[in-house]
Amino acid sequence: MKLTGAEIFVQSLLKEGVDTIFGFPGGSVIHIYDQLFNSSIRHYLTRHEQAAVHAAYGYARSSGKVGVALVTSGPGATNTVTGIATAYMDSIPIVVFSGQVPTALIGNDAFQEADIVGITRPCTKHNYLVQDVKELPRIIKEAFHLAASGRPGPILIDMPKDVLMASAPFNYPDKYKMRSYKPTMEGHPKQISKALNEILKAKRPVIYAGGGVILSGAAKELTKFAKKLNIPVTTTLMGLGGFPGTDPLFMGMLGMHGTYTANMAISDCDLLLAIGARFDDRVTGKISEFAKHAQIVHIDIDPTSISKNVRVDIPIVGDVKRVLNKLLDLMKMEKIPVKGYKEWNKTVQDWERAHALGYKPSKKKIKPQFVVEKLFELTKGKAIITTEVGQNQMWAAQFYRYKDPRAFLTSGGLGTMGYGFPAAIGAQVAFPDKTVIDIAGDGSIQMNIQELATVKQYRLPVKIAILNNGFLGMVRQWQELFFNKRYASTCLEVAPDFVKLAEAYGVVGLRADRPEDVEGVIKEALKTKHAVVMDFHVDREENVYPMVPAGASLKEMLLV
Amino acid sequence: MRHVISVLVENEFGALSRIAGLFSGRGFNIGSLCVAETAAPNLSEMTIVTRGSDEIIEQIIKQLRKLVPVRKVTDLTGTDFIDREMVLVKVKANTATRAEVLRIADIFRGKVVDVSPTSYTVELTGDEKKVDAIIELFKPIGVLELVRTGKVAISRTTKTARR
Repeated sequence: MKLTGAEIFVQSLLKEGVDTIFGFPGGSVIHIYDQLFNSSIRHYLTRHEQAAVHAAYGYARSSGKVGVALVTSGPGATNTVTGIATAYMDSIPIVVFSGQVPTALIGNDAFQEADIVGITRPCTKHNYLVQDVKELPRIIKEAFHLAASGRPGPILIDMPKDVLMASAPFNYPDKYKMRSYKPTMEGHPKQISKALNEILKAKRPVIYAGGGVILSGAAKELTKFAKKLNIPVTTTLMGLGGFPGTDPLFMGMLGMHGTYTANMAISDCDLLLAIGARFDDRVTGKISEFAKHAQIVHIDIDPTSISKNVRVDIPIVGDVKRVLNKLLDLMKMEKIPVKGYKEWNKTVQDWERAHALGYKPSKKKIKPQFVVEKLFELTKGKAIITTEVGQNQMWAAQFYRYKDPRAFLTSGGLGTMGYGFPAAIGAQVAFPDKTVIDIAGDGSIQMNIQELATVKQYRLPVKIAILNNGFLGMVRQWQELFFNKRYASTCLEVAPDFVKLAEAYGVVGLRADRPEDVEGVIKEALKTKHAVVMDFHVDREENVYPMVPAGASLKEMLLV
Repeated sequence: MRHVISVLVENEFGALSRIAGLFSGRGFNIGSLCVAETAAPNLSEMTIVTRGSDEIIEQIIKQLRKLVPVRKVTDLTGTDFIDREMVLVKVKANTATRAEVLRIADIFRGKVVDVSPTSYTVELTGDEKKVDAIIELFKPIGVLELVRTGKVAISRTTKTARR
């Protein structure tokens, strides 16, 4: 029996176990929407295509499954670019399906035509233009495999309208056949034992863990490994939750807004064990000073991440989880000192005592850090937190302590404002019973505020906590510190009344102006079974500290 | 340092632009790039001449390997390989210089492939130095136009290529 391309699309998704997609219809994908109308796949209609892709990302990163978005050709497709680039930078597995004008019109500047395969080539792991309906099942099979395997990432499949209307027999392949794609999973045994030897010889080792730990599902293994050897751990922004944020060995995040302890430890360590991290410039600061005295061991599944920015002494290409398990196996044969690296851990604790993460509390003004601390306290650290980008993102990273992996979603690589709210939608769809909170700024939230309609329509109880300072705060902070307080275009002189705005969309709006209101507002929001916008009017010129100025070494921190 | 990198790639939609885009997007240098089908169906071979420090070359090779349609990447530099390129050069040829143009072409084992009252077009195949040399010799006489193919390269034997 023959099926149309649109039918094949739906059947193929079902074969991949997809039950949820995010999207926005249009002329080129109208046949698919007609098929979705009666299918068991739940389709969430966002109010902007960018939000559909962020939601697919949020769904994927919180659940570990592949996220799926569906959009039409032309502007529908180009609106996904920011979402795709966001997923690409953070290595999040999503598959984006775009409609395309009929094959015969491609290249003719047809209505709603855009060369989306060309446009997204540098920000996808791979992409496809489907030229024949017979190819569609194979391409979908490959796409889901590519998205989720190796170093995960976004895949785009562009489907011309005539391909979706044409018919072909439907045979979904059981296996993918890709001769040129084979990620290295197992680390080299010699390199692994060499790494362990060096770790055991070191006096001042540090573990620097990134998003790769979470992506490979290795949080438990990492925790076991670090605790057994008693090595202090720092994580990147993407790695938060990969090691329990409440553990005594945890030093907090490193880098530009990292903790004093983590940045000092990196600068002083004699062995750096980088796990699933990529030495991003926001992490390293001045590269020649980064972990200057250390021998560097780097475990990563992507060979291009190794020795890209920083010279690595012992590279181990492989899946983080498998490599850590091999290290744990090897350790059984070694004599591991109980409570090792005593002196080093004492030094680390001294740093922590001297300059613990903090802020100046106030009784008059709401401190944004205080709001985040209260959110942590009142959710008992069990919420899924998403963030927008800027100060809100850094405070959410610093003052909420993430105990579990996949509970902190943020645009780490691309730094996309407007990401947090739609990502929260995706996470809430994946986990209907969990508390999902978007920690936002008043600038960022306005970049995808239209999604309030989406949460209302699907009764998604997403909570938004706006740290409202009337500024594009992070840029303002830079202007204060490095541009003599010339606040060029960072003051949001006109802003909506967020409570009224929430109400206009039919969701709940709450406001806090004074510190004593904060707890009540959060409790009220957490009790509410619907979406809530919490508008916290915070200290307007509060800064994020510590801060390593751009281009400085990690030791040169501005402290509170 | 200059490197000659050979890339075996699946002959699919957009493969060339993926590779070209990788070089431009990451700021890698391309000296020349030659691509054509191989004996195997659905595969193309590319010869890329590029320049960079050892770290950059290492990144280029790793990034190329990461592209999904890329089957195999070989850095030929430092191995035993043969490389050739072809040039078509149109040289001014009047009664005074005609004999000289022919003589030079002959010495280099080039061929005259087109003649006009005012010019000769010479075809020459050889390694880069040979091509550079003939162009240098033609310059004082007058080079009207020239096209070069860029380098194609092949390793001598699989054993030595691995070195």
